[in-house]
Amino acid sequence: MTVLCLVELDGTGAADASLRALTFARDVAGPGGALAAAVFGEAGVLADGTPAAAALAGHGVTDAYVTGPGQIAGYAPLAWARALAGLAEATGAGAVLAAGTDRGSEVMAHLGALTGLPMAANCVSAAPASDGTWQIVRQRWAGLLLEDAVLESSPALATVATDTVAPAEAATPAALTVHVHQPELADGDLAVRATESAAQGSGASLATARVVVGGGRGVGSPEGFAPLEELAALLGGVVGVSRVVTSEGWRPHKQQVGQTGTKITPELYLACGISGAIQHIAGCASAKHIVAVNKDAGAPILGHAEYAVIGDLHEVIPALVAAIKARNGPA
Amino acid sequence: MEVLVCVKRVPQVGGKIVVTPGGQDVDTRMSGFAMSPHEECAVEEAIQITEAGGGSVSVLTLGPPEAAEQLRDALALGAGRAVLLETDGREWGPVATAGAIVAEAHRRAGEGQGYDLLLLGNEAADTGDYQVGVRVAHALGWPCATGIKGIEISGRDVRARREYRGAEEVFEFGLPAVITVKEGINLPRYPSLPGRLRAKRAVIETHQPQWQPDGLRKERLRVPEAERRQATVLGTGVNAVPALLAVLDELGVLP
Repeated sequence: MTVLCLVELDGTGAADASLRALTFARDVAGPGGALAAAVFGEAGVLADGTPAAAALAGHGVTDAYVTGPGQIAGYAPLAWARALAGLAEATGAGAVLAAGTDRGSEVMAHLGALTGLPMAANCVSAAPASDGTWQIVRQRWAGLLLEDAVLESSPALATVATDTVAPAEAATPAALTVHVHQPELADGDLAVRATESAAQGSGASLATARVVVGGGRGVGSPEGFAPLEELAALLGGVVGVSRVVTSEGWRPHKQQVGQTGTKITPELYLACGISGAIQHIAGCASAKHIVAVNKDAGAPILGHAEYAVIGDLHEVIPALVAAIKARNGPA
Repeated sequence: MEVLVCVKRVPQVGGKIVVTPGGQDVDTRMSGFAMSPHEECAVEEAIQITEAGGGSVSVLTLGPPEAAEQLRDALALGAGRAVLLETDGREWGPVATAGAIVAEAHRRAGEGQGYDLLLLGNEAADTGDYQVGVRVAHALGWPCATGIKGIEISGRDVRARREYRGAEEVFEFGLPAVITVKEGINLPRYPSLPGRLRAKRAVIETHQPQWQPDGLRKERLRVPEAERRQATVLGTGVNAVPALLAVLDELGVLP
């Protein structure tokens, strides 16, 4: 089977979430299948030797279809979906996939609406059944619950959960052929497009930080975050917060870790004064290691953490900061 | 400006999710229900838009008779009218849900009071389908923006902002339109006492749309295995700091 996958670009090449989606797509296509990629950007982005071209070939893509700024300038969700619909038909794809990012989810929703087909969001597995349907497993509750489902659709339309399948290169890289794609757009397809995309700010971001120091209700006030900030700075990390903290207005929403905030994937998540409501766990469950500091030995967060300190964060965190400073000795 | 906000009643789960024995639903015997979080913000945004530019807010939900509770919550905050698309408790898929919303939009337009703006949450907390708003927009032939965290309206022109890779992107289009929002677009207000009293007495317009199957058929819900473990306690209070320091050292995160 041929599987068509939307690949998003980031500053250096193919976005990590898209490489995960490609890994998933290669598995769906199976050993005898073909993997095609749809890319939106300058034609040169997939020139020989570019990081994006190497990533696509490395992940097993045999054919990449590039739609350039001459056809669609920048991000336009409906136009991207229209191009995908054309490519799905031209390649005879049995499945069309994208990473479950903001853009991937949006474009696939448009593709579902354009084609009148169902779309399964945030899949963790998908396999064609002998009767022409698909057996899929998808995330609900931001991954805290799984749904086994049957998808009746040809082609199958799905987004891939961004936090489950690890990106993996194919055993042998594919010989990549790059095609220039000219989509047939309809009136109004470009009515909604991103007119401004600000450059990414500098500094560690919550989504990509290696260390996140989390603060919840137990922090108690906006001022209470000072020691957490100091610890985060010492560890080269950032501060993240639970939903109650943003609802109280103690911290801006962009610092929220959780189902309605940011999903984080750090090496260490140090959760301070956070009870561990599932809304929060949905955002931090992909942390490699979770350590909790909490006054309550019965807090649900202890059911998700690897290690815990039972105590008041207002005592433990300053003492930890002092201990780290002492360990490193006088500057 | 006539704004319709579509909200969903979802279980208010606290520490963990439990599935009913048949694997068909989340066990809600121990939990309450609430409006899905992004939609609380959609209601607030609609109220702010009409406070600034005039008009009125309608709120709609598709759900069992008990979902009237979430409509009254929205009425208490300042919505003027509520519509319940009453179901028999069966789960509706995103395609059928979108169809029911579109039918309401057409019905209202037929009464000469069509909506200018539909607001929804970016995705429901429970099913997380990420598509109802987009499907509604297609059926109405309206522009659509999703995941929005800032809306400015001037006349019939909309400027909608969202986060993109740590920065921001902007979409500009005209009304009528469908916009799905994310929490963080605003800080929802608390209901006033007069608001609560008004909501209690309000009449809720009720329709009973026909359930339709979706091409995606749920078989079973289950809790992933990795979700169960218990932390090793390193100690109590500041006495645990040396052990905590050793763990951080082992993880290689110390400077």
